[in-house]
Amino acid sequence: MKVDFWLNGVRRSEEAQPDTLLLDFLRSRGCYSVKRGCETANCGLCTVLLDGKPVLSCSVLAVRADGKKVVTLEGLQKEAEEFGAFLADEGAEQCGFCNPGFVMNVLAMMKELEDPTEEEIQEYLAGNLCRCSGFAGQTRGILNYLRYKKSQGKGASKA
Amino acid sequence: MTYVNKPVRKTDAMALVTGKGVYVDDLAPRDCLIVKVLRSPYANAWVEEIHTEKALAVAGVVCVFTYKDVPQNRFTLAGQTYPEFSPYDRLILDPHLRFVGDAVAIVAGETEAAADQALKRIRVKYRVEEPLLDMRRAKDNPVLVHPEEDWEIRVSVGGDNRRNLCSTGCEEWGDVDKVLKECRYTVDRTYHTKANSQAMMETFRTCCYLDHAGRLNVLSSTQIPFHVRRIVGRALGIPASKVRVIKPRIGGGFGAKQTAVSDVYPAFVTWKTGRPSKIVYSRYESQICGSPRHEMEIRVRAGMDEHGIVKALDVYTLSNAGAYGEHGATTVGLTGHKAIPLYRHTEAYRFSYDVVYTNLQGAGAFRGYGATQGIYAVETAVNELAAQIGMDPVKIRELNMPLEGSPLHGYLDSEMADSCALDQCMARAKEMMDWDAKYPRRDMGSGKIRGVGVAMAMQGSSIAGVDVGGADLKLNEEGTYTLTLGCTDMGTGCDTILAQMAADCLDTKMENITVFGVDTDTSPYDSGSYASSTTYATGNAVMRACEALREKILEFGAGMLEADPEEADFDGEYVTCGEKKVSLSEIAFAATCGNNKELRVTRNYSSPISPPPYMVGMAEVEVDTQTGSVKVLDYVGVVDCGTPINPNLARVQTEGGIVQGIGMALFEDVRYSARGAVMENSLMQYKIPSRLDIGKVRVEFRSSYEKTGPFGAKSIGELVIDTPSPAITNAVYNAVGVQFRELPITPEKVAMAILEKEAGEKG
Repeated sequence: MKVDFWLNGVRRSEEAQPDTLLLDFLRSRGCYSVKRGCETANCGLCTVLLDGKPVLSCSVLAVRADGKKVVTLEGLQKEAEEFGAFLADEGAEQCGFCNPGFVMNVLAMMKELEDPTEEEIQEYLAGNLCRCSGFAGQTRGILNYLRYKKSQGKGASKA
Repeated sequence: MTYVNKPVRKTDAMALVTGKGVYVDDLAPRDCLIVKVLRSPYANAWVEEIHTEKALAVAGVVCVFTYKDVPQNRFTLAGQTYPEFSPYDRLILDPHLRFVGDAVAIVAGETEAAADQALKRIRVKYRVEEPLLDMRRAKDNPVLVHPEEDWEIRVSVGGDNRRNLCSTGCEEWGDVDKVLKECRYTVDRTYHTKANSQAMMETFRTCCYLDHAGRLNVLSSTQIPFHVRRIVGRALGIPASKVRVIKPRIGGGFGAKQTAVSDVYPAFVTWKTGRPSKIVYSRYESQICGSPRHEMEIRVRAGMDEHGIVKALDVYTLSNAGAYGEHGATTVGLTGHKAIPLYRHTEAYRFSYDVVYTNLQGAGAFRGYGATQGIYAVETAVNELAAQIGMDPVKIRELNMPLEGSPLHGYLDSEMADSCALDQCMARAKEMMDWDAKYPRRDMGSGKIRGVGVAMAMQGSSIAGVDVGGADLKLNEEGTYTLTLGCTDMGTGCDTILAQMAADCLDTKMENITVFGVDTDTSPYDSGSYASSTTYATGNAVMRACEALREKILEFGAGMLEADPEEADFDGEYVTCGEKKVSLSEIAFAATCGNNKELRVTRNYSSPISPPPYMVGMAEVEVDTQTGSVKVLDYVGVVDCGTPINPNLARVQTEGGIVQGIGMALFEDVRYSARGAVMENSLMQYKIPSRLDIGKVRVEFRSSYEKTGPFGAKSIGELVIDTPSPAITNAVYNAVGVQFRELPITPEKVAMAILEKEAGEKG
């Protein structure tokens, strides 16, 4: 089946099998940031943006991307570096395997929630598992990032 | 010190946070064959007939292998120094299937769909036999898990396959029965822990290809590259010299990858076909045929005098190896060796154990490696004694814990606690928790009761007299260094902390040090990263390499200055002698021209002792007496790991270990169906903690100085998972007066126990 879509801002027209998952489709096109941690939509590692909304690419068929804009972390390198630096300053990136899905969802949260509380942050990111960090360092990184973004003033563009 | 004891950012951090393709499956050649394994549906069965013709007829299927095709050398997948303490009880494929999930056949296809299709078309006739599923009945059971004649163990650990025994033994000091009899207070209880899964986010995976010389290159997500080299060689029946193992970045290990779980399958396919291949375990496979923690049942008899002094400990551990014996004989040792020495006044102890085979998933290494189970049991038994005598469990520990210079009874790898700040850890934890105000419980109304609990723990720093850390250091022509390592950073940050040490030893900037590893062709031998060995053993190797290279640089520079090295000095940038000086880069360039003196050194380090790090954990939980739910509101961990080389990474290690421990205590159940299949076979059923499941986790350090450690450091990796299970068990007891002796403490068990307790009080 033909899939016409935008991948990280580039228009593409590609073939996909009817049962190909978006996750495998994206990895086969070089988007190695997209990871699989389970097969049951529990871990959040495969999160990508579909028309701006975070979705689990393990649970979306590739053909569903037809006519839509798909963004992976490869398309958000500047934003990933900006937020990632706060994660790195806590040492909370650890093995890194859950980072792409987690960073995608943090960036989506920044767009969706205005000045979130710690509780709202935990709720929003509840679907992003991490086995290394115990989450506390991730939370410190996010809170520092939020403070930094605030100090940049409201005029500063959000990630 | 410029870098040591500073929160330096991990050198791979930015690649990881921006999602670069640095893991096995990102680096695997695009034309890899996809390797899949047919899994046994039975816990104990024999392959009577196996037909592969229809599978081979699937378009895109390249090969299908059965037990008839594989070499007949038994081996172990345990990543251990040779000769392994684990029995040689495996073949790549065996007609005898010993657990639900055991390998029946290997398929390789050009696409995943082809391989999947082929799996469905293999026809197998099984002879199903009665499985042995209960570890309590395993020893001397007529059902033998390993009846084969060629079962072999190269180290005497009491194993006997005719008795389903992987290992057995007993250690005694003093007359434990006599001392117990003299004790005013005693307990005799049995504690049960489950076969927890490490659940690292990157499942097991390996990619293989042949190089220009026809050698087998193994790109593996592993903690044990040098052991994989040996294991793959033996399994395939080829010299290890034909095998090269490369470790890229890996997505977590926690001990799971101290067993070569996935390597032999693609290795065999590539060796047979000459084509690159890879296997990527599904989460399902990682859950049902991985290398989980050993399920254990630990009986503790403990005695205390009327003053709260623990006088005697008798620990018997029954450990469930499952179908294969990886790490069985060694994990069990830690259940005694890391728990009994926590009590410095003991006058006698006994530690005995049986490790048994059953027809369940084979166990392996999981952070803590038996210490976690042993400390849970002993600490809980002591908490039961505290309740009996009516003393605060913190007070009991203050009276009994190891102090600097006190003996470590039952610890074989150091006689004394040479570096120990456990007393300071306890004092600080007590303050942080506001223990005196909160102990034992506070009724919050509406059926919610809060309780606090405590436990302490110790681990080791490398396996004494066994583990080898290796470091190779060379000066490059522009005056920078390359530090080549054989230890395995699995996200822990050891590549970074070892570079911190090297930078300080060499008086240079960290950006001048490139860390390379791991490649068994070029890295110095290193046992690998397990047994809390890397900071301590490899750290020492790095320091020795730096010291030796500094001397060589000094000599070389002095030679250029025509000066006596004794009178020259090297400050990291220049070799100086009086007024004369020569820069490091001038030295480095000079060394590339007409030179016979190599500015490169390799150093090993192996320690005769294993200095323990220590920790105190305190939990505050809220029990909902209506629903039985237990919520950890606050967890305080205070750690003595010696000098934290990187306080940020040490903190995150601790937070991560505590949260894994909370998972073990409250959520991570492992149950089996009647036919022996693991029921928690996905992350939907096997509930590792999410960020909503834990309250505050607060970590501080109280550091002793370990004089044999690099910059005074000990280890941290494993210790940090040991306290949550006993501390939370204690907190639940203090809240609602119900004593749990099995993990995890699920809401169902709590609600039922509260009802039973109420019924008992009424009746």
